[in-house]
Amino acid sequence: MNSAAASRNLPKRGYPAGLRFSVYAVLALALMWADQRSGWLDTLRYGLQAIAYPLQIALNSPAAAWQWTRDTFESRDALQTQNRQLREQIRSLQRDALRRADLERENSELRSLRAAAGDVAEKWLPGRVIGEEANRLRHRLTIDRGARHGVTTKQTVIAGSGLIGQTLRVGPWSSEVITLADPEHAVPVQIARTGVRTLAVGSGRPGVLTLPFLPLQTDVRPGDRLLTSGLGGTFPAGYPVATVLSVRRDGASPLAQVEAVTAARFDRDRTVAFLWFRSQHSAAPAGTPPAAPAGTAP
Amino acid sequence: MRPVETRWRTLWTTALAFVLQVIPLPMWLAAVRPAFAVLVLLAWSMVVPQLGGVGLGFALGLALDVWRGAVLGQYALATALIAYIAIRQHLIVRNKPVFEQTLFVAGLLLLWEIVVWAIDGWTGHATGGWTRWLPVLTGAMLWPVASALFAVDGRRRRSAP
Repeated sequence: MNSAAASRNLPKRGYPAGLRFSVYAVLALALMWADQRSGWLDTLRYGLQAIAYPLQIALNSPAAAWQWTRDTFESRDALQTQNRQLREQIRSLQRDALRRADLERENSELRSLRAAAGDVAEKWLPGRVIGEEANRLRHRLTIDRGARHGVTTKQTVIAGSGLIGQTLRVGPWSSEVITLADPEHAVPVQIARTGVRTLAVGSGRPGVLTLPFLPLQTDVRPGDRLLTSGLGGTFPAGYPVATVLSVRRDGASPLAQVEAVTAARFDRDRTVAFLWFRSQHSAAPAGTPPAAPAGTAP
Repeated sequence: MRPVETRWRTLWTTALAFVLQVIPLPMWLAAVRPAFAVLVLLAWSMVVPQLGGVGLGFALGLALDVWRGAVLGQYALATALIAYIAIRQHLIVRNKPVFEQTLFVAGLLLLWEIVVWAIDGWTGHATGGWTRWLPVLTGAMLWPVASALFAVDGRRRRSAP
C-alpha cells in the first residue's frame, strides 16, 4: 500500500507530510478569508511588498539594461528622423504658445467666475516603472514610489501622453498600479466630440480598451477621442484616455462593439506621475469615493 | 551528501527558478512561460521528500501571491497541495519511465492552475481565456529536462545532482 510505504520513508524528523499539508492548507484558507474581508492583512502585505522591492529592482535591471543599450546604439538615421520630428513639433508648439498667454488670462477670468482657479492637478510626483506584469488577466505596473513618498491607494497615475491607471496597493517604497488595459479595470469616460458618457473597460490586450455599454445608435466613430469624465470619484475630468479604433454594429447585439487604443503607450512610457488634485476644482472627481475600488468593474 | 547541504541546494535552485518565473518578458513570451519554480519544487519533492517540500511550496506560493498581487494564500494553497501530492506519490512516480512521469507532472500542473483559476473566480477576479492554460503544456514539455537535471529516477539514484 502506498501510504504505508510513503510513511515508512517520509518522516525522518518533523511531522508527516499529510499533517504538514493540512496545517498549511488551513493557513492558506485563513489568509484568503482575511484578505477578502476588509483590510486586515494590509500591514502584512505592506511588509511583504517592502521585502519584494529590492528584488523587483534587481529583476527589472536586465530589461532596463537592454533599453539603455538600445537607446545608446540607436542608429544615426533614427536619431536624425526623431530630431527632425521634434523640431517640427517645437515649431508648432511655439506657434500655439504665442497665443497661450492671452488664452490663460481669458481662462483665469472665466474660472474666477466659478470660484476655482488654476489647474485641477495641485501636485504631482514623478516615478519610474520598475516592474511590469502584462498578460490576459493582469496589466500591472510597479512604480518606485510608495507610502513613504505620500502615495495613497486609488490615486490617479498619468504619463506624458495620457492616463495610465490608478494605484491599487501601496508598499513603503513602491506601489502597484492597475492600468487601463487590465480586464478588471474600468474608467468613466466621455467622448470629446459628442459628450456621451460611458465606461471604458480593459480588454486584457496591451493598450486596447472596449466600450461595452454603448447602444447601437450612439454617435461614435473611429478617431473619436475619449477623456476622463470625472465621475466615479477616482479620476479628475479631462485627461486623455484613448482614441476609438473601431466600431462594429451588427444586428445580433443591441450594443455597439467599440474598441479604443489608449493614449498612453504602456510599452514606451517608463516615467509616470502620481497626481494630487484640488478637491474644490470644477474638474475634480465627482462624488465621494465608495468603499469598493471606484472605477473597477467586477 | 549531508542533508543541510541538500536543503540549501533546494532553496537556491527554487529561488533561481522563481526569478526565471517572474522576470519581466515580452507578453507573447510570458504567455507560454512555464512555471519554472513549480517544476523545480516538484522535482525536489520527489528526490528528497523528507526535506519538507510542502513548507517550501507554501513559501513559494506566498511569494507568487505577493509578486502577482493575487489574493494572499491563493498560490500558496495550490503550490502546497501539489507538493504534498508529489511527496505522497514519489516512490511510485520516481520508478516510472520519463514519459509517465511527464503525464503525472502535467496532471499536477493542471491541478495547480485549476485551483488558482477557481479561487480567481470565487473571489471575483478575471479568470481569463484559454491562454492561461498554455503554461501547463509548456511546463509538462519541460519535465523530461527537469527530470534529467535533478535525477528524478529511483533506479539509478546516486547522491543528488
